[in-house]
Amino acid sequence: MPDVQIQYSKSASMYQLFFRKENDQKTTHYCPGCGHGTAQKLIASVIDELAIQDRTVFLSPVGCSVFSYYYFDTGNIQCSHGRAPAVATGIRRTLSDAIIIAYQGDGDLAGIGMTEIVHAANRGENITVFFINNAIYGMTGGQMAPTTPIGVKTLTTPEGRSKSRDGNPIGMCELLASLQAPAYIERCSLSTPKQVLRTRLAIKKALDYQVRKKGFSFVEILSPCPTNWRMSPLDARAWIAGELEGDIFPLKCFRDVPQEIQPDSLSVIRPDIVTLLTKDSILKTSYDGPPRAPKYIKIAGFGGQGVLSAGELVAFSALEEGFNVSWLPSYGPEMRGGSANASVICSDEPIGSPVVDCPNVLIAMNNPSLELFENSVTNNGIIVLNSSLVERKPRRTDVKTYAIPATDIAKKAGLVSAANVVMITALAAITGFLHVSTVKHSIGNVLRKKLYTDKNLEIVENTLSYLREKEMM
Amino acid sequence: MNHVEIHRDECKGCAVCVAACPHGCLVIGDTLNLMGYQYVEFVGNDRCTACGLCFTVCPEPGALVVYGMKKV
Amino acid sequence: MGIRLMKGNDAVVFGALMGGCTHFFGYPITPASEIAQQAAYWFPLAGRHFLQAESEVSVINMLYGASSAGARVMTASSGPGIALMGEGLSYMAGACLPAVVVDMQRSGPGLGNIWPEQSDYNMVVKGGGHGDYRTIVLAPYSAQEMFEMTMKSFEIADRYRMTVFILSDAYIGQMMEQVSIEGIPSESGKKDWAVYADAQSRSNLITSIYMNIEKQSEHNRKLQKTYEKASRELLEFEHVATEDAQVVFVAYGICARICLSAVRSLRRLGLKVGLFRPKTLWPLPEQEIKQFAAAKKTLVVVELSSGMLASDISLYANGATEVLHIGSFGGATPTVTSLVDRIIEHIGDRHA
Repeated sequence: MPDVQIQYSKSASMYQLFFRKENDQKTTHYCPGCGHGTAQKLIASVIDELAIQDRTVFLSPVGCSVFSYYYFDTGNIQCSHGRAPAVATGIRRTLSDAIIIAYQGDGDLAGIGMTEIVHAANRGENITVFFINNAIYGMTGGQMAPTTPIGVKTLTTPEGRSKSRDGNPIGMCELLASLQAPAYIERCSLSTPKQVLRTRLAIKKALDYQVRKKGFSFVEILSPCPTNWRMSPLDARAWIAGELEGDIFPLKCFRDVPQEIQPDSLSVIRPDIVTLLTKDSILKTSYDGPPRAPKYIKIAGFGGQGVLSAGELVAFSALEEGFNVSWLPSYGPEMRGGSANASVICSDEPIGSPVVDCPNVLIAMNNPSLELFENSVTNNGIIVLNSSLVERKPRRTDVKTYAIPATDIAKKAGLVSAANVVMITALAAITGFLHVSTVKHSIGNVLRKKLYTDKNLEIVENTLSYLREKEMM
Repeated sequence: MNHVEIHRDECKGCAVCVAACPHGCLVIGDTLNLMGYQYVEFVGNDRCTACGLCFTVCPEPGALVVYGMKKV
Repeated sequence: MGIRLMKGNDAVVFGALMGGCTHFFGYPITPASEIAQQAAYWFPLAGRHFLQAESEVSVINMLYGASSAGARVMTASSGPGIALMGEGLSYMAGACLPAVVVDMQRSGPGLGNIWPEQSDYNMVVKGGGHGDYRTIVLAPYSAQEMFEMTMKSFEIADRYRMTVFILSDAYIGQMMEQVSIEGIPSESGKKDWAVYADAQSRSNLITSIYMNIEKQSEHNRKLQKTYEKASRELLEFEHVATEDAQVVFVAYGICARICLSAVRSLRRLGLKVGLFRPKTLWPLPEQEIKQFAAAKKTLVVVELSSGMLASDISLYANGATEVLHIGSFGGATPTVTSLVDRIIEHIGDRHA
């Protein structure tokens, strides 16, 4: 018949032969009269029309449509139950021009996957979700779905869904429409040819929005499940029109506000990674002097006294002087209410345990610290205490004690929080295990508030004056 | 001439197309296909407008092919 | 190249960037939140992607999506979060998707507490999710190794199309040490199996369902073959003074650090004690354990659990030598002194 040509036939974006399928590679695995086939044909015809077949990634859910990849000649990813919107988010962040279709059933989307759909919608992901609502769990044989109407009998509601026991059916469009980000939300139906055509328009609009990067689009499709509804295909369609489309799931457009999606500029700027990561780093230091005794240092005080950064200052300075170092914040059973402590080890040899159980240097910033750690200090160890706050002298007589009014020195210079700098300066100057010049140099690298670098350096000098005055160095 | 080509072994006999056709061009026949379904038959010579509704509502991707007059 | 003083948690992020990771999806949990925070800062600076998900379940599925699309992906969490990822990890294993997951172990079961334990060993090393699958498990014991192991884990994940776990603990994450930022940065190549949303990759399918006994069996055989190959090729371990040792500590992570100090103390006392440190927990160095056992060296497994690693070591030792277990949990760690005393006591008993 030379005067006629094909007007309607299988879409190019569906495989001509369903080669991934075991048997009957020309037909779907869906039951006679199932809405999935119709919905998927509509989607395929729109993919053809928008010429997006190569760019499309189709996400198959768990449910009857788990095998959607049998049919769509597009990129295909099968997802775990309910998680397609999260999977889509991962793809969206990776492929900026992909057309991502999440195709989900009611159990998948409105039951187990409620979190994922709500948050993807709330982020306004530029993806399209087709929500096939047939008010039942199909693949598992006909159990109650989140969208099953009150009174409807299913395998798990043999007396009908009860409002008091099972709650009301969930309207996903209504729920998502409470969010600001979605661009397009519409509920359609496959009940009649007219509604099927309307559904195709909605599918087209949703995908067109995604193509034009207009944001999150969501089309709910009321779809017949003749098998599990125990109805003929035609009765099933009539039941949608009569029972579902009314008050429970009204057909309408809930949102049509195209959004301006900011193009993802991140992937454009790719600085040299080594340059980025080694900025402000130091060069490898080496030490070839005589062996140095390892220092096991415990620095303890109130939270807020800069205990942890004092430790960092020691560790950084020691690193600059070619030690191996470790720094461990109070973490673990030795931590007690309100107090903080840091364990720092500086050693010529690689460090084993970073935990300092028996320090040979204790820096006690307050009374409780001295109480807690005095007894753990090794014989001939050193205790440097903040005499502005520590009221008593150490009981130990087998250790060297240095009392420094650190808080007073810091306060006098107008930066009370720098008592930690006083203590570390004193430690360096008294023991000589670090050069004071290294500590000064390290201050700028370690202390968070760069604003106070000059003030801290002044405090270092004041500390040195104090130590000279008291003949402690 | 406008007509619907039926791929009998891809039809599951759901009759949704039969109900959709505005001109009564389709009927469910008596014979069974390879899958065991009574499949749809085209009886709409002269009446078919190649509107495509049957194809659009049909759940099977390849069961129906609609032919129409060449568009000028 | 340069040296930084940094926490293990921060070193992970640097390693990831050097290893070509382009996508970090995270969800806060102590003591792993710092990794997400650092990623949130550094990834955008490096022109890469960070996103905070709504749950760990979403995190692992975002990894699933981005990995399907060919990206190098990672996340970091702790026990309760990793448990939630179990389903996704199984799907990724089934679909042969590469990913890197960091587990900064904390105390359990349940909410437990935020202090270190090594009690996720069974969950991570044995699988955690459903089905017959494996993940590669690396066990760093320093900030430097947090950097290096994370860096190389992306290549490994891509090579075997598997999840690589960095199984660490709160100590190693919180501890600051010198880290040498070195090595050649790598990037993911084009993957012939990935879905890139283009004409060339259009026929690619990411799935883990095979509704046919033969096909599922064939798929599982293929997985097992990959695991067998990975277990042959990836084994890494470190011997410290084990050659003449009568007693060998077996430990990973923070416990290996504590044991290292104990070995030094015991050697100073003239006792022949060594340390064997598996750097890969899957694969676990079976032959080495068997050799220790054959040589009748006493194996002392030190771990922050009731004996999860110890039961694997016992299995390999197979009764040929004594396997002792020194464990602690709830956030407590054995001290160097306690280990030293215990070994002295043990050797004393032996010689008595």
